[in-house]
Amino acid sequence: MAGSGRRPEHRGPPELFYDEAEARKYSQNSRMIEIQSQMSERAVELLGLPEDRPCFLLDVGCGSGLSGDYISEEGHHWVGMDISSAMLDVAVEREVEGDLILSDMGQGIPFRPGMFDGCVSISAVQWLCNADKKTHSPPKRLYRFFSTLYSALARGSRAVLQLYPENSEQLELITAQAMKAGFTGGMVVDYPNSAKAKKFFLCLFVGMAGALPKALGAECAEGEESQQAKFTNERTRFRNAKGKSVKKSRDWVLEKKERRRRQGKEVRADTRYTGRKRRPRF
Amino acid sequence: MKLLTHNMLTSHVRGVRPGGGFPLRIQATEVKVNNVDFNQEFVARMIPKVEWGALLEAAESLGHLSDLPHQLPPEYENNEDFLRKVHHVLLEVEVMEGILKCPDSGREFPITKGIPNMLLSEEEET
Repeated sequence: MAGSGRRPEHRGPPELFYDEAEARKYSQNSRMIEIQSQMSERAVELLGLPEDRPCFLLDVGCGSGLSGDYISEEGHHWVGMDISSAMLDVAVEREVEGDLILSDMGQGIPFRPGMFDGCVSISAVQWLCNADKKTHSPPKRLYRFFSTLYSALARGSRAVLQLYPENSEQLELITAQAMKAGFTGGMVVDYPNSAKAKKFFLCLFVGMAGALPKALGAECAEGEESQQAKFTNERTRFRNAKGKSVKKSRDWVLEKKERRRRQGKEVRADTRYTGRKRRPRF
Repeated sequence: MKLLTHNMLTSHVRGVRPGGGFPLRIQATEVKVNNVDFNQEFVARMIPKVEWGALLEAAESLGHLSDLPHQLPPEYENNEDFLRKVHHVLLEVEVMEGILKCPDSGREFPITKGIPNMLLSEEEET
């Protein structure tokens, strides 16, 4: 996962980064679980599947099955692919319902044409942008991935890929290869004005041009309400270059307390005295 | 790996003719049977996607043919008996250990703990 400047893709290939220790962290860290679940929920929402109909989905970069669990909860069947056997082992331990395949998405999606009703991917596709071997060419691998994915999807279905692009060049590279492979669609950016909450979902359509789904947290049209809690303006004040609150400010104190609440710790209620300046002798 | 997944999986090794990588021949050393909730609508919708001949061949090689007919009965959508048999073969029979063999290139993909290993070497990548 991308965080505060250091990107895991720069440390090495995904099958080595997601080793047993990292795999264990993934399945036990409550914050990671929460974020991954939220993104899975949003991705499935963006798929626009017909209501009350169990579908057959592909989960690319399924890892330990966090997103797969959500898909199962929604009543769908799924097949997951991942390059890390350590992560897949954790998925087996967690007894996920979907079938798992150890494979490299940059080598292609090994399925017959038109098999899937949809595809989701959470935090995986950006790994294709880094050449981990001398023979790797990112554009070629991206194209191989998108063209075989296009083929494996049923006509009229969608692929929703949540990813963490490093910069706009990467974003362009990824979108270009997707379009070259025949997909239509585009990028849905939720909460575009927030450094922390901003999420990129590449929404791709197979065979049918559709209107791009509406992003969350963007300027709302008259009368339309955002489906999720709005990101309040208070917290975007006093941001430093990294997008974090200045340390020890009231915003920082409020965020830290919120973080601890999410972790289930006991935290005093927020009052007008929270984070106020104390006397010098304190 | 369930037989539904197997029915959709192909070999993607370089040089394989289009369509030549399917169906992968199963040599199973360990097979498991689970209980999976029956959803009539889902099974009926999957049948058009399934390659029936390949499914029969795969089920037979595992010894789970369980009197599936050689041809699809007409109007199977409401034939609950038939759909339950299909459900059993597609979703309840799982290959835990074994090998998948590409019919065109002969390349073998091992299956461990129910997970097929489809990673290709650099020479095999297209």
